[in-house]
Amino acid sequence: MTAASSARSRDWRAIAGAAALAAVAFLVGGAFFGLLHEGAPSDLAAAFDDYMLRVARFTLWQAGLSTLLSILPAIAVARALSRHPSFPGRAWLLRLFAVPLGLPAIVAALGLLAFYGRAGFAADVIDAAGGGTWPGIYGLTGILVAHAFFNLPLATRLFLEALDTVPADHWRLASQLGMRPAATFRLVEWPVLRAALPGTAGLVFMLCVTSFTLVLTLGGGPGATTLEVAIYQALRFDFDPPRAVVLTLLQVALTAAVVVALSRFGMAVTGEAAIAVSRRRYLGVGRAEAFANGLIILLAAVFVLAPMAATVVSGLAADLGRLAGEASVRRAVATSLVLSGLSAFVAVPLSLSLVAARRGIQLRRRAVRPGPYERLLDAGPSLVLVVPPIVIGAGWFLLLRRGIDVFAAAPVMVVAVNAVMAMPFAVRAIRPAYDAASERHERLCAGLGIHGWNRFRLVDWPVLRRPLATGLAFAMALSLGDLGVIALFGSDAVQTLPYLVYQRMGSYRTADAAGLALLLGALCLSLMLAADRLGRTPE
Amino acid sequence: MRARLALLSSLLLLSALPAAAGQKLTVYTYESFTAEWGPGPQVEKAFEAKCGCDLEFISVADGVALLNRVRLEGKDTKADIVLGLDTNLTAEAAATGLFVPHGVDPAGLVVPGGWTDPVFLPYDYGYFAVVYDTEKLPTPPSSLKELVEGDARHKIVIQDPRSSTPGLGLLLWVKAVYGDEAGNAWAKLKDRVLTVTPGWSEAYGLFTSGEAPMVLSYTTSPAYHMIAESTERYQAAAFAEGHYLQIEVAAATTVGAGNPLTRDFLAFMTGPEFQDVIPETNWMFPAGRTDKPLNPAFDRLVKPAKSLLLPADEVATNRKAWVDEWLSAMSK
Repeated sequence: MTAASSARSRDWRAIAGAAALAAVAFLVGGAFFGLLHEGAPSDLAAAFDDYMLRVARFTLWQAGLSTLLSILPAIAVARALSRHPSFPGRAWLLRLFAVPLGLPAIVAALGLLAFYGRAGFAADVIDAAGGGTWPGIYGLTGILVAHAFFNLPLATRLFLEALDTVPADHWRLASQLGMRPAATFRLVEWPVLRAALPGTAGLVFMLCVTSFTLVLTLGGGPGATTLEVAIYQALRFDFDPPRAVVLTLLQVALTAAVVVALSRFGMAVTGEAAIAVSRRRYLGVGRAEAFANGLIILLAAVFVLAPMAATVVSGLAADLGRLAGEASVRRAVATSLVLSGLSAFVAVPLSLSLVAARRGIQLRRRAVRPGPYERLLDAGPSLVLVVPPIVIGAGWFLLLRRGIDVFAAAPVMVVAVNAVMAMPFAVRAIRPAYDAASERHERLCAGLGIHGWNRFRLVDWPVLRRPLATGLAFAMALSLGDLGVIALFGSDAVQTLPYLVYQRMGSYRTADAAGLALLLGALCLSLMLAADRLGRTPE
Repeated sequence: MRARLALLSSLLLLSALPAAAGQKLTVYTYESFTAEWGPGPQVEKAFEAKCGCDLEFISVADGVALLNRVRLEGKDTKADIVLGLDTNLTAEAAATGLFVPHGVDPAGLVVPGGWTDPVFLPYDYGYFAVVYDTEKLPTPPSSLKELVEGDARHKIVIQDPRSSTPGLGLLLWVKAVYGDEAGNAWAKLKDRVLTVTPGWSEAYGLFTSGEAPMVLSYTTSPAYHMIAESTERYQAAAFAEGHYLQIEVAAATTVGAGNPLTRDFLAFMTGPEFQDVIPETNWMFPAGRTDKPLNPAFDRLVKPAKSLLLPADEVATNRKAWVDEWLSAMSK
């Protein structure tokens, strides 16, 4: 009886996971099919000349460094935040940490330059101190700073999500045993962080690999060219779809190799099978450590919030009243909210399916190492992040153009692509909590014969509520941003806020663009507020 | 009675429908053309009033996306007219075989260097220029040579020729002036380039936020600042060697050849009603006769000593090699 019902629940998870995987494969595979249908790659060898090798090397180099510089500080920041649950302004800091996700790259770049640029705050200070002309941060420095600005806050939130899964009993035990911070880190915090490390580092790495506008704008010259630029070039100016596919596959293969290598660093958490009896955390943080933690949090806050403050200042200089009254702006806000909301509501169930399916397989396996299917469920779908949206857009355009009205298909494309692109984020927000809950409840559920909908409603939902809400908000914030997919479809039906930002910037209306960027940031922040409210466990 | 009236009017409507539906013209263009402040809305109103038909603009990201879009659709395209390619794209556009001669007399056109192309018809033009901030740079370079060899502390922001039209424009400008020495010129100019952005918007954004005193843009850029923002702060530098020309064109597709409105629109496009709209919406110079005088600010813009333009087929043939030359000079 027990065996039968647990088998049934495993089946449900496996089917859901396979369906989610199929959805991702369909979207990417369809695009590749559409592009390759135009003709086979004419000269494969030509795609791998010296130029391309240099570009590939630079792509990996800058992405690797950026990941390191985002992840290591993020661990320190997440740990500091986790040890001070009532740090002043903590909740607001975490909400603000999600805002960069939804900002268009150029808005963030201008915000960063307001601080570190040649006409920025740093330049003024150095000038006043008689230090000569500040050269700005153009070059590798600029790329790294910008990537850290985007990814440090993201990684911090994901690590914190993992730290939150440490059972309260562990904290109590550590406290009762009088563990020093170093011992607590090694025995309590590091294991969960290490489990979350490959996923988070992999995600950041992928985001840095595909970085395009930031790398070119801050990189100082074409020496800083990523594969993404080459793909874009192949598809646009050279109009060579097969070459774009080959380069995309190269990008996917290189990234997959790095992600697999990263997974070696990971470790399965030997979780706590017992149900937690302690409710609150017992933490004794010494004065010296508290000071160090405070400093770490403050530094991270200044690093992330300062450029955002610059965006707010230039945004406030715009004629916000007039902008808010414009029909096109109101329409764009509504379009953005509807499209990103739809994407998020597609992304989160798919992500939950993947997480559940992976866990189901992990439970069933007897081997120590995960098998290929489990790995595929784990990291496979996130590789979609390194398939440029313009490639997916162009491929589907080719497939659809004869059958249906492609202009009508544009919103569907935007929702589908954004949903799939948001999945890797949602998966990382949900997985630590799901796995920890499963570790605790799996045997109990099997023993009591609770499965399917009842199990989700009674057992999983209460613990997953908060991470699901976080995943939803992340997915929505992220979906507010991208535009690449509709380049060919025509954007009349999908004029979103970031689209308006670019449109105004592209026609000398810089102040308007700054005002709209502020609006976009405010929208992201409201999403995080809503997520917090939605995720709050009713007491 | 009322019911019968309603029936009658709906019958009338029905009978009117097929005629109206047949009177429709579809024009593909780029997005800034159809923006609220772009030429699109005024052009649509003026042409529809004249023809009693329905003019539909469909817009994609930019000129390059426009060509790709039509190329992908091939003979199934819905476009009667494609409006918004520039002279650097016409050779590739012509090679698709999707465009037919315009049949409009080019006599009234005022494009520098004259116009004889039987397929592509210009509607506006502009010159690339280095725009500078008078508050930061009192004496701008007076020639391309001075830009290349001048003080490297005064930086310029340019665009990437692999992803942007102005970026390609500067590449061709340097090529037109320096010829085989273009590679060396770029190697010298490199120190002066603060950064290379993917598109015009990013570069201009860096420029107006004070990151660099110069940016590659158009001679008409100062007109926007003078007319819309009433400031003389940003000006274009006149270069002794001349300025590279960008001409924007439209053409009828093989599909549009069967639509009588196509020819009407192309003729309308070169006429004063369309041309009057262009200067202060597209911020380019009109390619045909205007009825209204241009805003006086346009008279104060840089008048190039010479118009530079490389033949479209030469650009199409050599673009890849020239971009590679640029890459190797700029990546060192």
